[in-house]
Amino acid sequence: MSKFRLIAAFLLTLIAMPAQAELTIRFTDGEIEPMPFAVPNFIDEGGAGEFAENIARVVASDLQGTGLFREVGAQAYISQVTSFDAPIAYADWQAINTQALITGAVQAGGGQIIVKFRVFDIFSGAQLGDGLQFAGTPATWRRMAHKVADAVYSRITGEGPYFDSRIVYVAESGPKNQRQKRLAVMDYDGANVQYLTDSSSIVLAPRFSPSGDRILFTSYASGFPQIYLMDVGTLGIRSLGEQPGTMTFSPRFSPDGNRVAFALERDGNSDLYMLDLSSGQLTQLTNSPSIETAPSFSPDGSQIVFESDRSGNQQIYIMSASGGEAARVSNGRGRYGTPVWSPRGDMIAFTKQNEGRFHIGVMMTNGGEERLLTSSFLDEGPTWAPNGRVIMFTRESAGAAGQAQLFSVDVTGRNLRQIVTDGPASDPAWSPLLP
Amino acid sequence: MNLLSKILILVMALGLAACKNPNRFGADGANGANAGGIGANGLGDPSNPNSPAYFNQTVGDRVLFAVDQSTISDQGRMILAGQAQWLNSNPSYAVIIEGHADEQGTREYNLSLGAKRAAAVQNFLISQGVPATRLRTISYGKERPIEICSDEACYSKNRRAVTVLQLGGGV
Repeated sequence: MSKFRLIAAFLLTLIAMPAQAELTIRFTDGEIEPMPFAVPNFIDEGGAGEFAENIARVVASDLQGTGLFREVGAQAYISQVTSFDAPIAYADWQAINTQALITGAVQAGGGQIIVKFRVFDIFSGAQLGDGLQFAGTPATWRRMAHKVADAVYSRITGEGPYFDSRIVYVAESGPKNQRQKRLAVMDYDGANVQYLTDSSSIVLAPRFSPSGDRILFTSYASGFPQIYLMDVGTLGIRSLGEQPGTMTFSPRFSPDGNRVAFALERDGNSDLYMLDLSSGQLTQLTNSPSIETAPSFSPDGSQIVFESDRSGNQQIYIMSASGGEAARVSNGRGRYGTPVWSPRGDMIAFTKQNEGRFHIGVMMTNGGEERLLTSSFLDEGPTWAPNGRVIMFTRESAGAAGQAQLFSVDVTGRNLRQIVTDGPASDPAWSPLLP
Repeated sequence: MNLLSKILILVMALGLAACKNPNRFGADGANGANAGGIGANGLGDPSNPNSPAYFNQTVGDRVLFAVDQSTISDQGRMILAGQAQWLNSNPSYAVIIEGHADEQGTREYNLSLGAKRAAAVQNFLISQGVPATRLRTISYGKERPIEICSDEACYSKNRRAVTVLQLGGGV
């Protein structure tokens, strides 16, 4: 049974009463003082064993990892949470300056675990929102922890959730001139790695389908770079780009998951094409002697942002999803590539090269308000978290021993962190929020 | 079907696909020298002007490019003219032209750039009378540098198009 089918096994039920919300974090351009919170180990309500502690630790890690929250450790607690329904000793939590308290309980047995939790606004002395309960198999305990953390994060920030999501990426090994590459998926925080291919062929730049059930990627499996479609459940692979004498690469799903925009190179010239997955119909979107690649759909599917060097160097353009005239949107100094439309539709993330440095940046879809979020020897290939707040990308270090790693950064430019992976890793692509 | 058996099937499928990659005689073919089961002896005696070893070492199997360019230099033209002459007198070989880029560029752009470099070489060889049916191109972008430092000394050698000989008169 695949990971993705387990999703359907989740239940979501409401318990407890609504409460008034005072506890909020709002994203601003100013500095944010992380909100102190406490997540005591969840209460074991029968058979929970290690889950009671492990789930609480993952919730804490998710929240702390955003840079918006700071955990108050158990050694500071004055009172202990001894049962899920016991009254909250607000004064004790106020005394250690905890603003948010998350309590939970776990029950396990019969191949199922049930997790419930509540959030309290300590200084208002009230519960924040409804309590929630999730049920799943023991194997999905981390997902249930992510769902708890997502609910807390969303309530306090007003932003959409993103912890319960996965990353498809390229796991790398070997020296720089003989790099071995294989496709892998993992949870957004690096846990639960699963390899999807072996390393017999170079694989590049995978992308999840909008429902997370399929993956597009480029592989040298035929001896030449071609685009492929993988079914995540069966790991079955089908070639999409079998046109002798051409190279196909840079495939991206349309928001409805029915079409694939990609780059096709013939006689040295790369242009963008669209493939209808059910009919197999191929449509040419650009027709220019310059390099066109790296398409990305707008969330409504009506437009495509892409890169082209038609002006003489790499810049970002937007055109209709049916092709035709394109308008240039990048205007600053340097080269702009790998544009990715935000899931919210308001911004475009990109890679910028200028004066020997690489940056991940964002701009509005009209090219305005450009903001560089990172700077290094080699940063490239941004991908958006499902809520459009966080960007993950590849950072490669310089030199003969240079290696690729995955990093994430908040869209404000704060909270740059490395995603810990088993080995070197590149080309991350975020899944949608799991159901 | 369990995960292991799925992976095994996948491995087998990819393994079969890899076998399509033809015999190669490249001195630094992107899959490593002599991938495809041909030993170093298959390159022949470098003093024999009709040997792949002579082609690789004396004629020169590669041309280099300026940063972000795919225009062939004057020196490149001389090397390619020699390659064309050799190929025209050794019709039993076909070639794969590998286009490469240095690491100063995004991955997919560099795939396109490598393809432009390979195509530039292909077009030059055709203009020198080598039949197009004997030529095929592939881009490795920045995936297979031959030099691994992060300085221009290495970058200049990585921005290359390599003409890799194969047995067989047509692709």
